[in-house]
Amino acid sequence: MAVGKKNISAPLYVEGHGIEAEDLKEGKVTYVEDHPDIRYQFTAGQAISKFLNGLKEGKILATKCNKCRRVMVPPRMFCELCYRPIDEWVELEDTGTVETFSISYIDPDARPLDEPEIVAVISIDGASPKMGILHKLGEVEPDKVYIGMKVKAVWKLPEEREGMITDILYWKPIEG
Amino acid sequence: MFERIKGLKFHKKQDVAIVGAGITLFRRRMNETGKELSYYAVKQALEEAGLEISDIDMVVMGSAPDSFDGIHMKGEYLLDGSGGSNRPYMRVFVGGGTGVFAPIAGYWHVASGLADVCLVITEEKMSSVHPHPQSAFKYIWDPILDRPLNPNLIWIFALEMRRYMHENNIKHEDIALVSVKNKGNALDHPAAQVAEKITVEDVLSSEPMALPVRRLDVSPPSDGASALIMVAPHIARQLTDEPVWVDGVGWALDTTWWTNRDLYFPRYVAEAAKMAYKMAHITDPRKEIDVAEPYDPFDYKELHHMEGLGLAKKGEAPILTREGVTARDGDLPVCPSGGLLGVGNPIAATMGVKVAEIYWQLAYRAGKRQVAKEVTTGVAQAWGDLMQVGTVMVLSNKR
Repeated sequence: MAVGKKNISAPLYVEGHGIEAEDLKEGKVTYVEDHPDIRYQFTAGQAISKFLNGLKEGKILATKCNKCRRVMVPPRMFCELCYRPIDEWVELEDTGTVETFSISYIDPDARPLDEPEIVAVISIDGASPKMGILHKLGEVEPDKVYIGMKVKAVWKLPEEREGMITDILYWKPIEG
Repeated sequence: MFERIKGLKFHKKQDVAIVGAGITLFRRRMNETGKELSYYAVKQALEEAGLEISDIDMVVMGSAPDSFDGIHMKGEYLLDGSGGSNRPYMRVFVGGGTGVFAPIAGYWHVASGLADVCLVITEEKMSSVHPHPQSAFKYIWDPILDRPLNPNLIWIFALEMRRYMHENNIKHEDIALVSVKNKGNALDHPAAQVAEKITVEDVLSSEPMALPVRRLDVSPPSDGASALIMVAPHIARQLTDEPVWVDGVGWALDTTWWTNRDLYFPRYVAEAAKMAYKMAHITDPRKEIDVAEPYDPFDYKELHHMEGLGLAKKGEAPILTREGVTARDGDLPVCPSGGLLGVGNPIAATMGVKVAEIYWQLAYRAGKRQVAKEVTTGVAQAWGDLMQVGTVMVLSNKR
């Protein structure tokens, strides 16, 4: 291989090529389909449990560190910068600002979506600057979204809420 | 409380030199297993160094998520091809940052005096997973807060790219120039997967993935392996007249709460660079670095990382690119290899186009890819995990 000045005898034996769907169908590729029956029960933890229970009631809860004075969302039980326990819980507004956004044309498996969706980092009003969460935008045309846009949470009906981040359906622009 | 002098110490038992490197083809699918790919890369590195596998004291293996291969604990699985049988062997893994973190681990093996000859091998086979490597990335997100939103990994890059463009008033055209440059540079790389002559127009009109990210803003998924031989000075002097020395290493991670920071600047890279530059006695990277291989899985990432590495001021990297400063014959060649955008992106195995490329450049062994200017110092950098790790290595051919 002519990578270096030295004459290296070890050749690039490797033979690569692109994979086509046909290769799988025709059995050109060794293919094993496996469905391991593994399930996970995640612990939400002390802070996120309280946060999720808050969502169920239509509230966005945050925690505060009195040393660095940060109001943090998503909330945690300890301030990772000061490395000490948080001091109190505070309730925030369900409004915020679009810090950045993307118009996504692909799903988690990189397959094309029929309709693009708008995803954003939204910083929540009442929290420290840039305290954003990942979520989606709705009731807005993709080309109307801009950084700095004020948005408000659109909640599921109270009886439909499950204590999940998806209890907020999406965020919509605040008029005016 | 005890008293201590503040700051990191960089005591080392001995200097560390690189005397050989190897790289396989980077491709979307290789007929070889990960073990076989590892073997080919290691064999090349050993031949370039003039060593046998029996000369190796310790082996560091770097490979990214197990879920790509469907083999849990693949460090153990890859042992045979990695030349790690019956000797001290370890795997290190910080996602995409592994391509520079693995040689950093090799560095501390030798610098500490534990080993005189250390083999570093990185491997990735991304094509095993179906329907797409993206499917495996579903499992890096926070299971409670992020995963119910059905995220795609490209999202975070799109969000970061948009923030970077907004904060510094940068147009997509300026960013697309990076893809044009790197895919063009890759035409001279014998291992390259997606080397081609393209235009800014091609990038801007390519298929939208998660806007502003389009198909040609992104590096491809790849299979491949690469290897390095890192040795103590008394070994280096016996093997070659032109060893390349590791002058500094650095690594840092930013918080996992990635939505809680401003995405326009890679602080994790800046912190890692600060550590590496301090160790290498570099005070003005823009003047003292002759050639750079920042991590470029996306075109905006090269610019982002140049600014994190202090090679450009905030918002200045696109200007340097437009003015040709970062071209292979420019004043500060950036990604002369062709980078991940052109050569390919087998996550951990990108060591071959980052650290190994700087080694080849400084040893004047880069062939057609050799940069026009005289070079004494270069920097390689990688990034990964949940967008939070920076790994940096400074190399030099002077002692």
